[in-house]
Amino acid sequence: MAVEPVTLTSVKAAPNHGRMLRERLATILPQLVLAPSLFATLIYVFVFCGWTIWISLSNSSLLPDYSISGFHHYVELWSNRRWTIAYTNLFLFTSLYVIGATAIGLLLAILIDQRVRAEALWRTIYLYPLAVSFVVTGTVWRWLLSPSTGVERVVHQLGWASFKFDWLVQREMAIYTVVITGIWQASGFVMALFLAGLRSIDPDLVKAAQIDGASMPRIYRRIILPAIGPIFISVLVVLLQFAIKTFDLVIALTGGGPGIATTVPAIYVYDLMFQRGQMAEGAAAAIMILLALSLVLVPYTIWKNWRERREAARG
Amino acid sequence: MASLTIRNLNKTFGSVAVLKGIDLEVETGEFVVLVGPSGCGKSTLLAMIAGLESVSAGEIRIGERIVNGVAPKDRDIAMVFQSYALYPTMTVRANITFGMESRGVPKQAQAEALARVAALLQIQGLLDRKPSQLSGGQRQRVAMGRALVRDPALFLFDEPLSNLDAKLRVEMRTEIKKLYQRLGQTTIYVTHDQVEAMTLASRIAVMHQGRLQQFAEPRTVYDRPANMFVAGFIGSPPMNFLPAQISASGPAVLVLEESEGQGTRLPLPDDVAQSAGDGRRVLLGIRPENLTRYDHRWADEKPCLGTIKAPVEIVEPTGAETMAVVRIGSREVIARYEPDAAPAIGETVTLAVDMAKACLFDPATEMLI
Repeated sequence: MAVEPVTLTSVKAAPNHGRMLRERLATILPQLVLAPSLFATLIYVFVFCGWTIWISLSNSSLLPDYSISGFHHYVELWSNRRWTIAYTNLFLFTSLYVIGATAIGLLLAILIDQRVRAEALWRTIYLYPLAVSFVVTGTVWRWLLSPSTGVERVVHQLGWASFKFDWLVQREMAIYTVVITGIWQASGFVMALFLAGLRSIDPDLVKAAQIDGASMPRIYRRIILPAIGPIFISVLVVLLQFAIKTFDLVIALTGGGPGIATTVPAIYVYDLMFQRGQMAEGAAAAIMILLALSLVLVPYTIWKNWRERREAARG
Repeated sequence: MASLTIRNLNKTFGSVAVLKGIDLEVETGEFVVLVGPSGCGKSTLLAMIAGLESVSAGEIRIGERIVNGVAPKDRDIAMVFQSYALYPTMTVRANITFGMESRGVPKQAQAEALARVAALLQIQGLLDRKPSQLSGGQRQRVAMGRALVRDPALFLFDEPLSNLDAKLRVEMRTEIKKLYQRLGQTTIYVTHDQVEAMTLASRIAVMHQGRLQQFAEPRTVYDRPANMFVAGFIGSPPMNFLPAQISASGPAVLVLEESEGQGTRLPLPDDVAQSAGDGRRVLLGIRPENLTRYDHRWADEKPCLGTIKAPVEIVEPTGAETMAVVRIGSREVIARYEPDAAPAIGETVTLAVDMAKACLFDPATEMLI
């Protein structure tokens, strides 16, 4: 009789131990799996951000130099005409590109939502530009817009000799060719996002509004577009961060020219850091891009968290 | 308020005929319920009345006006949707006034109409909330408020209670009935629930496979269903059907074909037997409440009482009454018992059949004789 309790406890203890180990593993496993990418993100984002800030405050030229020398590179940056043109271009391009792509994308989505025939075909056609890389887009549009190879030449050959379409080589207008090309590429993607939103609207809403006596434009303005409000935010954020990072599209289309007319901050950074050996000032410019991006992304993140918390509170 | 007249209405989607020759006359101030199983075309019919679906052939009149080609907003109708269709980004107040705003009603009149409806439906406290902040029953009220805020020719309800839980559904049903009794508006109400149809309607239109099966008062639809479909659809548990033959030699009787032993004989009112004809094969339709425990005292009260002996297979107590499934020949038949007098499983019971309430159907056409 005295032996029995001992065997009982030892038999019980073994599976208990195994279960605990498995439970602990189950809680740790997700963290283990996520750790490498978390670690990489930490280094690439925070460490390198910090490193860039440091460099921008230092006297680095061709090679990094870690002695802090203050904010004078930022001062130099803002007194440089090429940089102010680049930053002005960024705001001009970003605002026109975002507004244009959103408006055209929304218009396309609304048109396709009218139950057109061969809808899948239209959708594919409009989505295609997104599948083309910025470099290819820029190159093709350079050919199209260039007076000597593109539209102007074709019209000339058709006999309209006085026709002029040379925005690409005009200092004042070249930035608008970048805008047009950017819009061409992004509006299909915007359309896809909006179309998904429009399709999620309960058709009874439209019927109810029709019976209520509202016209179609009014139904869109008062009921449908407000209901897909969150999609506007997503579209804006995606487009804004596309626009602020723009580099390859401009390089392929205009190369920043004519002259420096279409320079954007990313080109400026690349130029200073890797072509001219002015590392500190390049880093300062990069930090300015980061600032512009965080102007977009930080409010968005705060808004998103606020919304999630509100949804959670409502159940 | 107005009447509604539908003449020979047809609807086809491609080669599929959804509605086949519907005729319906709704008088001013009537509450008509369109009822039928899913896919019978009742919602399509309502959408056509609203102008949300085009008319393939036939004619719809609201009042004296033919509205076939008239846009929904010009038909002077108000509609409550199954999904409520409340505008998600607007407050309850804006939801209710949106229609008036679209029609350019002055602000003062809008406010008055809103206050009237809010008081009527007791939603004054909800006016500044968004639909997502409301419970199902509250949304239902707001959806009704949006319709009631106008004084339309027709009210249309498309299964308005089917998204509510059972208890709330019964409450809202009573409220709709109260509202109707107060306002007396011409109303077309679509549902698949025969209880809603029976309780609300001044007349019921039973639909099946795109055709109107019967259009009559609830009592008539229940007591004298036009055909076997209506008989089986209205009433729960459904009507029982038993094959039988009329024998008019001597006092008229109905001989059940599949009963135990050689042919149970049930008495038949003479006029019924005469109109049906001697020797005719029929289907006897009898509702569970007319098939119950035999009581000797009834012999004098009910002139046309027959009896059947049958074994009990299943007993289903529901509280107020107990349903017994008995076997007659090859058929399972449901009889209704008082809970105190419920039989036991396996017992052979003697059932009283109130033949005065029986319906006879033609086995071939399935129509009421």
